Amino acid sequence: MTSLTWPGAALDRGRLLRLLQEYGVYAALVVLFAVAVGLDSSFLSTGNIRVQLYQVAPTLLVALGMSLVIGTEGIDLSVGATIALAASVVPLYAGYGLFAALAMALLLGAATGAVGGAMVAFARVQPIVATLSLMIGVRGLAEIVNGNSAKPITQSGLLDLGSRTLGGVPDMAWIAGVCALLTGLLVRRTTFGRQLVAIGDNRQASRLSGLPVRRVLITVYVLSGVLAALAGVLIVGHGAEADPANQGLNMELDAITAVVVGGTPLSGGRVRVLGTVAGALFMQLITAVLTQHNVHTSYTQIVEAAIICFAVYASQERGTR
Amino acid sequence: MTSTALQPTPAPPAASDGQAARVPVRERIASQVQRHGALAVLVLVVAIASATSSTFPTWNNISSILGSNAFVWLLALGMTFVIITGGIDLSVGSMFALGGVLGAYGSRHGTWLAILLPLAVGAAWGTVQGLLIAYARMAPFIVSLVGLLGLRGLLQAVTSEGATTYLVPAHSWFRHLGAGTWTPVLVVAALFVLGAVLLTRTRFGATLTALGGNEHAARLMGLPVERAKVLVYLLSGTLAAGAGALGGARLGSGVTTIGVGYELTAIASVVIGGTLLTGGAGSIGGTVSGVLLLAVIHNLIDHYFSQYGSAFTDTVNGGFLAVVVLLQTLLSRTQQLE
Repeated sequence: MTSLTWPGAALDRGRLLRLLQEYGVYAALVVLFAVAVGLDSSFLSTGNIRVQLYQVAPTLLVALGMSLVIGTEGIDLSVGATIALAASVVPLYAGYGLFAALAMALLLGAATGAVGGAMVAFARVQPIVATLSLMIGVRGLAEIVNGNSAKPITQSGLLDLGSRTLGGVPDMAWIAGVCALLTGLLVRRTTFGRQLVAIGDNRQASRLSGLPVRRVLITVYVLSGVLAALAGVLIVGHGAEADPANQGLNMELDAITAVVVGGTPLSGGRVRVLGTVAGALFMQLITAVLTQHNVHTSYTQIVEAAIICFAVYASQERGTR
Repeated sequence: MTSTALQPTPAPPAASDGQAARVPVRERIASQVQRHGALAVLVLVVAIASATSSTFPTWNNISSILGSNAFVWLLALGMTFVIITGGIDLSVGSMFALGGVLGAYGSRHGTWLAILLPLAVGAAWGTVQGLLIAYARMAPFIVSLVGLLGLRGLLQAVTSEGATTYLVPAHSWFRHLGAGTWTPVLVVAALFVLGAVLLTRTRFGATLTALGGNEHAARLMGLPVERAKVLVYLLSGTLAAGAGALGGARLGSGVTTIGVGYELTAIASVVIGGTLLTGGAGSIGGTVSGVLLLAVIHNLIDHYFSQYGSAFTDTVNGGFLAVVVLLQTLLSRTQQLE
């Protein structure tokens, strides 16, 4: 960055930045956790940890899909609306059992993703604009489906999904964890994962070398839609009501933040799944610590903003966008 | 609207269609469609609406389209500058709301404070964003996302969690600035003309286009890239806060819940107007067309579908936006190198 510095200092600074970039989010997570426990030792109680896990699970699911999309140098603003759409069909199909509701929700999520993906892959609309139009339209659709009112959920299968625990850990957290593992394997161990990263790195070169660019792009947006829909069903199950006007609001921003704080560059070409998990946990911890110490929402938002800013400065590769 | 005809000052690294004479006819048409596509669709939509609806062409309806949203359109003006440099500013919706609250608060101590306080805060915040983007080289998306969150926080703090609503005193001269149809429209039109002049007739405007076209080349040419970036975000922040203050003058109070999602509408207007999100090409006239097109469509959808409820309106809106964006992208495809 600075051209006329003492060579040794420049090297140290570069190495420091690289280290921060690679491991900054994990270090920050550990430090923040220590601070949380230091301020209030009851933070470590199983009850509290469980509450945090309930809250972070849907965000993490959405962020996993988002990290894949961002890996292809895209962005998906429609995930919050997809959550609302998934939530809106749950009351309609809950009567037929958990799996019917889940299948319908995931199908709609996949459909939303496919529309966005097709706009990006075939029509080459810029991702932010394509998914913006979906974000507006799909939430409206969700409210129409739901009849514009919050609907209570009473079916035990759905409620269990949102409240049951396995080995002391919420089912929701297990599901999110398994999805994170699968996403990690998808990125690291499959041809699809390599193609995804290559496309994000250099789309034209990928196209010229014969990669199925369109297929990969559509698949990525479909996966993002499906994961968002899954998050929507979990949110409905946990909250025991479907409220498409409010559920999933601003979720796209939370997910993007988690991904970027986790070190995945917005310029594409790299996906850090474990970083995304750490990023989501980190953001959840900040909110938890600030609210538990009765900091007003206004100041919580300001502090969060400042922390994101610093985290990104320390951890993000220097990109243009 | 006149500014659509003005071409950007030739800036070597950014001139994508420099040798117009050698470009095939088809590509020239595509480039014209991209530049004036929103205007063409706007004319078409207005013509159809006037022919099929008896209420659309009435003065009442037109003045409600123009007057009620006028100040919000300033967000799109600022956004055009930002997007031409290849950046993005997500903070403008929050800044609009904060500007309104600060304006209403200031109006209790005099009209000058009502205007200067929001402008100062908007300029200061915009400068900070610009510095982070230009010198710390952080991604504009992230920096302005932080702005979106942080400014909402600041807004909540100023209004003690939304519990305090600042009213503009009934006798305050400040209220005149937002009243009626003509004052807002004239203020906004004047600022758009100034913006067009700034973009097409000044060295600063040329720098922005060059910078958006190829930042590296612009730097090698010795253009003040960093300074231009800071100024662009300063401009956007100031415009958003000023627009918010004027909106507050119109409503007579600072509304804390306003402005959510406005940044996205502004981005959509700019993009529909033919400005490339990748930077380097765009026009203020296009943004005017984009803004008006969205407003007219919204008005029509409200007129025809409002009996089905706001959810239906949103759905149609989203669908329409998708179609417009799709059309614009397909029509302008020949311009892309891929």
